[in-house]
Amino acid sequence: MKVIFQIIFKGSLAYYLWVLFLLACIIQGLFSYASQFTDGLIVTHMRDSVSWGYYIGNFTFLVGVAASAVMLVIPAYVYNWKPIKEVVVFGELLAVAAIVMCLLFVLVDMGRPERLWHMIPGIGDPNFPSSLMAWDALVLNAYLMVNVVVVVYLLWSAYQGKHYNPRIVIPLVILSIPLAVGIHTVTAFLYSGMASRPYWNASILAPRFLASALCSGPAVLLILFQVLRKISPFEIKDDAIHKIAELMAYAMGFNLFLFGAEIFKEYYSNTHHLVHYEYLFFGLDGKPSPIAVYGWLSLIFSVVAFLIFLIPATRKNFITMNIGAFLIYVSVYVEKGIALIIPGYTPDTLGQIYAYTPSMAELRVACAIFGTGFLIFTLMVRVAIYLLFRQEAKSGGGIAEDAATVEAGSSI
Amino acid sequence: MKERSDTDPHSVKRRDVIKSLFALAATYTATGCQRDADSLSTFFHTHFKRMSPEKLAETLARWERRYSKRYNREVNVSATPAQDGVLFGYALDVSRCIGCRRCVYACVEENNQSRDPQIQWIQVLEMDNKHGIDLRHADAYYDAEEVPREDKFYFPVQCQQCENPACVKSCPVNATWKDPDGIVVIDYEWCVGCRCCVTACPYGARHFNWTKPNLASEQLNPETEYLGNRPRPQGVVEKCTFCMQRARKGRYPACVEVCPVGARKFGNLLDPKSEINYILKNHRIYILKEELNTQPKFFYYFST
Repeated sequence: MKVIFQIIFKGSLAYYLWVLFLLACIIQGLFSYASQFTDGLIVTHMRDSVSWGYYIGNFTFLVGVAASAVMLVIPAYVYNWKPIKEVVVFGELLAVAAIVMCLLFVLVDMGRPERLWHMIPGIGDPNFPSSLMAWDALVLNAYLMVNVVVVVYLLWSAYQGKHYNPRIVIPLVILSIPLAVGIHTVTAFLYSGMASRPYWNASILAPRFLASALCSGPAVLLILFQVLRKISPFEIKDDAIHKIAELMAYAMGFNLFLFGAEIFKEYYSNTHHLVHYEYLFFGLDGKPSPIAVYGWLSLIFSVVAFLIFLIPATRKNFITMNIGAFLIYVSVYVEKGIALIIPGYTPDTLGQIYAYTPSMAELRVACAIFGTGFLIFTLMVRVAIYLLFRQEAKSGGGIAEDAATVEAGSSI
Repeated sequence: MKERSDTDPHSVKRRDVIKSLFALAATYTATGCQRDADSLSTFFHTHFKRMSPEKLAETLARWERRYSKRYNREVNVSATPAQDGVLFGYALDVSRCIGCRRCVYACVEENNQSRDPQIQWIQVLEMDNKHGIDLRHADAYYDAEEVPREDKFYFPVQCQQCENPACVKSCPVNATWKDPDGIVVIDYEWCVGCRCCVTACPYGARHFNWTKPNLASEQLNPETEYLGNRPRPQGVVEKCTFCMQRARKGRYPACVEVCPVGARKFGNLLDPKSEINYILKNHRIYILKEELNTQPKFFYYFST
């Protein structure tokens, strides 16, 4: 235990700065949340017309990251790569951090957060089976628990110097596959089940969620793996990284295809429902849309990243590949954070237009939640690196220092 | 390096930390009790439908106490149940409505909506004669010197009390439901403020308390229903209940009563001799967003 404290509290200057930066993010956001808690959600720019905004957008994005982080490690497991346990551990750690952020984003979006217990079966009254939000809370928590159990067990085995028991790990990893698909599908259904919002009420929404998540999650892992293999004895070959990049090209290609199918249907049929796409990319009633810039940014980044990952020369060049990963991350973040939610509400169900963009309070609270997630991830990765590689490591101090670099890299 | 030991100095510190956390929690609870003697029992609230008759009576009395203290006048909070053999229906004559918004303001006064920020349960849409009933050419924020304006007609929208309500389906905690007389109600003490229902409603009928509602004592209507027009807390959703505090006692909703042109009709759909059934039989009926299969009990019609 003492060693764990050392890993957490002792590190290089870069590590201290990184943690201080995260703590600063968290603290400034706590102030913002305190005023939201007392004054209400009026400090956000959400209103009756646009009743979900940036918070729920972030939640949706992070569900994708959580789901795909594990879905990516599944093939690694199935093809029986040698460093399988390390890959699983880091994928699941990312999933844990992402789910914690998801739950925090839902919490800050609630008008009465102290009543969260109303959603807990037994003491509360979750509306099963008809409420998708109730299902979402259930699968997210189940997924969180499975990942925590696997990670803790793997690390505990490593801590005791024993090999993990595959009879415990493999069923849980296999269980996490349908759960990973489940959390994202249920989140998509939360939107696509809303007959009142034609922009979301499309059966293609769930497949689009999965396709875009299979781009964004691996984009994070791609960078994380490169850093990890530099600073720890974690073995991952170039081939493996390029394979992931190739999978991302397919996922992004499929994502763009699904998006194109949606665009074709809307513009060719040219019904009243087209207004939401018009608002996303252009504007309505002669007024430019404040989110059009995000709509185009996301689309252009997706296409450029797709080309980078499609062409073998740029895919195999680490510089262009990392640029591609960055573009994908930004593109999916903007798509889920802005382009998914806001046009669904604009115009609203009675045809009225309320031009929503996130308020400073929303940005500050979101920043604090990302700070919390990154902090959890940083600490977990440092402990995990120590426990997994301590037999092979040269010295404890070296790892502690290096782990700071891991974080600096993964935060991109 | 020794990793685990019972004499680890950290364990002592940990105990201290836990102790101080408990102290903090106790202090918080204590100050909370001082602020309001009823706040703890409000936190550990029971869902309306699971309250025993004694518990319900106690809860209503508690709220009467709190409101009377807050507004410095007597306030009644009842929980009148739906009457047997009653299913409420509403009809609105689009050809008569002149867009004066008297219904909007009567509703606000009757149902204790927040005055600042303003919450209104009825939205009157101004539409163009040439476009017909088309929400893309509707303006809820028209500012007219005189109504009705030329080439315009008016289309008020409020909760349609759907037979198949999308809002009820979406609520994660069963805080909203359809009562036997067809009125969709909300338990303000159970609502978590997630706004799934606001998103699910195709009629923009649900309104969220984005901040603490403001209602002056002299503006308060003291005859309130627990699931209806009692003053709402911050952070929960509210909506039209066909003025259940009136309707369940045999009176017309405030909007029906105030309408200067008689465009609003209200009655019992199960009573074959009711005015609402006469209208449904003898006029052309328009259902807003009929294709969504929400099956509203709010019918638009055209008498001329």
